[in-house]
Amino acid sequence: MAPLLEVSDLRTHFTSFGGSRVVKAVDGVSFALNEGETLGLIGESGCGKTTTCLSIVGLLPPAARIASGRIVFAGEDLTRKTQRQMRRVRGRSIAMILQDPMASLNPLFSIYTQVGEPAYYHRNIRGRSLRQRVQDLLRSVRIPSPAMRMRDYPHQMSGGMRQRIVGAIALAGGPRLIIADEPTTNLDVTIQAQYLDLLKDLQHDTGVAIIFVTHNLGIVARMCDRMAVMYAGKIVEQASVQELFDAPKHPYTKALLGSLPKLGSKEPLYAIPGQPPNLARLPTGCAFHPRCADAMPLCAEHEPQDAQFGPGWTARCWRATQLVKEAYDRASA
Amino acid sequence: MTEPVLEVHGLRKYFPVSTGSLLHRKVAWVRAVEAVDFAIQPGETLGLIGESGCGKTTTAKLILLQEKPTAGAIVFDGEDVLSLNGQDLMRYRRSVQVVFQDPYSSLSPRMRVGNIIAEPLEIHTKLSRAERQERVAEVLELVGLQPDVAKLFPHEFSGGQRQRIAIARALVTDTRLIVLDEAVSALDVSIRAQIMSQLEHLQATLGVSYLFIGHDLATVAHISHRIAVMYLGQLVEIAESSELCTHPLHPYTQALLAAALPSHPNDKRGRLTLSGEVPSALAPPSGCRFHTRCPRAMPRCAEEVPVISEVASAHDVACHLY
Amino acid sequence: MSLTTVRPAATEISAIAGPLSWLRAGGGWPVLPLGILIPFVFVAVFANAIAPYDPTEPIPGAKIFEPPFWSQGGSLHTLLGTDYQSRDVLSRLIFGARVSLIVGVMGTVVAGSIGTTLGMLAGYLGGWVDQLIMRVTDAWLALPAIVFAIFLATMVGPSMWNIIIILGAVYWTRYARVIRGEVLSLREREFVKLAEIAGASRTRVIMRHILPNVMNSTMVLASLTIGVVIIAEASLSFLGVGVPPPEPAWGSMLADGRSMLMVGDWWLTIFPGLGILLVVLATQLFGDWLRIRLDPQQRNL
Repeated sequence: MAPLLEVSDLRTHFTSFGGSRVVKAVDGVSFALNEGETLGLIGESGCGKTTTCLSIVGLLPPAARIASGRIVFAGEDLTRKTQRQMRRVRGRSIAMILQDPMASLNPLFSIYTQVGEPAYYHRNIRGRSLRQRVQDLLRSVRIPSPAMRMRDYPHQMSGGMRQRIVGAIALAGGPRLIIADEPTTNLDVTIQAQYLDLLKDLQHDTGVAIIFVTHNLGIVARMCDRMAVMYAGKIVEQASVQELFDAPKHPYTKALLGSLPKLGSKEPLYAIPGQPPNLARLPTGCAFHPRCADAMPLCAEHEPQDAQFGPGWTARCWRATQLVKEAYDRASA
Repeated sequence: MTEPVLEVHGLRKYFPVSTGSLLHRKVAWVRAVEAVDFAIQPGETLGLIGESGCGKTTTAKLILLQEKPTAGAIVFDGEDVLSLNGQDLMRYRRSVQVVFQDPYSSLSPRMRVGNIIAEPLEIHTKLSRAERQERVAEVLELVGLQPDVAKLFPHEFSGGQRQRIAIARALVTDTRLIVLDEAVSALDVSIRAQIMSQLEHLQATLGVSYLFIGHDLATVAHISHRIAVMYLGQLVEIAESSELCTHPLHPYTQALLAAALPSHPNDKRGRLTLSGEVPSALAPPSGCRFHTRCPRAMPRCAEEVPVISEVASAHDVACHLY
Repeated sequence: MSLTTVRPAATEISAIAGPLSWLRAGGGWPVLPLGILIPFVFVAVFANAIAPYDPTEPIPGAKIFEPPFWSQGGSLHTLLGTDYQSRDVLSRLIFGARVSLIVGVMGTVVAGSIGTTLGMLAGYLGGWVDQLIMRVTDAWLALPAIVFAIFLATMVGPSMWNIIIILGAVYWTRYARVIRGEVLSLREREFVKLAEIAGASRTRVIMRHILPNVMNSTMVLASLTIGVVIIAEASLSFLGVGVPPPEPAWGSMLADGRSMLMVGDWWLTIFPGLGILLVVLATQLFGDWLRIRLDPQQRNL
């Protein structure tokens, strides 16, 4: 079956000063997502994960534009669409959940108005069916007494509830894909756990696919089927979550996993030396090589290409490719 | 048993809030910190964990004397801090420092890094300029930065480097205790591990103690020797860190552990049985403040406030179950 | 607001400012204002060397009310004509520039010093100090500036330094208000708290942490105030209570020449008027550029 979303060699550039300076925020990103699947897009600040998502929904800031690549969603190339056409896609087929619920909700409008809006515009639901739909949505995100709370305003709700309302708004248009950009970063730990459980249940009920953008490997371990690790605008490794946690191939993935504190263990954490790269001044060759424990001279000269390590498992690393090749040679010898 | 560096006894902080209309002015009290007791030994890290509204930030402010406690005592090296004046107070100030969460507003934007770090020396010592510079170079190396960055300005550094500078500043005088208030929460994951290793190394070398305040249990448990759990202003459990993670006694701690994110996809933790939200600190529940959300609440919990007591070796809990 | 959002500190992407982008023509420098101000300052400083004649003495052998050299009856000896005492208009213009510059700059310095200090004290110390300073500021602001200046000038008598102090005393309020606002938010910033926790005295915190961070705003305010002070000085001179004669000042030149406008002797008023116009315009434009340059978020000054 064809994937729901297929991103091919996406490149998004930020230009400044009339074109004199170009920052390649997204530099050749490719991945695919099937119906009902959850993909974790993981990386640290500046790696390009948010820009990738904004490229998909067509909400890039004025200084940015998609330089090349295709984004095929349900058979249509989104990069070819005008803003007017994208408005039919956003909210209806693709929805977004952002980090700060206070910024996502309009303080002047009631919950009913905001949750109902996507259903009103995209599904043409009106009147009593609209009220019913809003109540159903609020109930599905576990807001108690939905009929009463519909009339409330955002400032009357707590942070956790607001984020759940944002989830309800995302679902209101009946999307096939939800992009959640760090949705739980501002929430308390127990509220976060409740929220993630809720998302999992909703996904089970509605069959929606989710792209989870985060820097937190724990969320990916909990929520995602597949994950893609980004660094300096490229995907350096992608595979199923099980495969990547068990046997990561790329040194950055290994380093990220090694720097995660494990509950109850006092094992020293692996601290990646150096700083995240400045996108305006990237190192030659592989962008990660200055910080890589396994770097070879080749890494400084040539950018590694995607190599296949299994069905659906790719990584961009000379060392990893070399190791696989050596293992293969040994096995055939 | 050595003398603790810092002890707090029965620390309370209530904030007045005026409610009611113009005609009926009422004063309500936000009970931000309610009878907190703990001690920090030399060279030890005490983790302080809890969710928003638990009072951990207020506790830090009390220790740093940014706020005056409503009741209770803070004892440093055997002396009552709240009655200190003049020189003695200055001695406390140079022994207890803090590193805040936001690396982008912790450093004075118009001062050179060397001067920022040297400021406590200027305030507390009579060292000459050359001596100060020497000490600054010393601490810069201790935190893993080159000594010649002293002449640069903060905006030339990344978040992780700025936190290192903040740590250097906290160490420059003869510091005994550093309060780390979510000091690594705003950093990227890879940088976080760097800073935590650095902190552990500094503790091993200098014997400085830390009060590590955080919200991520895995991070706090990793760096702390003991952990204190707070809920709505009260200390509910305090134990050695791996003991707390493997045998949590208080239902709230158990909930925190169940809510913690896994480190591996196979790490199934079971669903959280905790429902609802944290009640308001203006009108906290009677008796045990957690009883409204506790899956194992008993009638007694609504009436009587549980007292924190030692239930197992070095493991204190405030719960009627024990 | 989460603190894990990306900060652009270390990277170099910057948005292009929309309005006033023509100011960036010439590589980002404010060409027009500097083109006016630099010659102005130069002329004012080197007045002695540049002016052809003594501005206070009548030129021997010249007629009164001689027009500029390009009109009929004018001569190349008196390029911009002469006034009612056959003094050279050009020389008076040049020396008047000096007066405007000195009074403008020094008056701004006095106003800025008083206002910034009071603003910082009010903002940082809070409490009754804040209340007191703010009430005084409110009361001061209620007084109409020029009228008050006139009142003070007639009380203390005219001299250049008196005028400088008076103008400083009249215009400090705008600094106090703005700086106080900045200090209120600055004092909640963590680096200030860190200094307090480290045991820094209040004086130290103000001098080392607060003052350097309000200097940006002070400088922007200063560049915007210079124009206002120059106009105020010109107004005072025009009304006869400014810098006393025979010292030339653009305002008094305007006053002297006003009556002759009716008979067509335009050069006595147009040139000083143009001088005031151009200099004040240039300082305002410069101040605007400075404001955008130093802190693009500060649009509301």
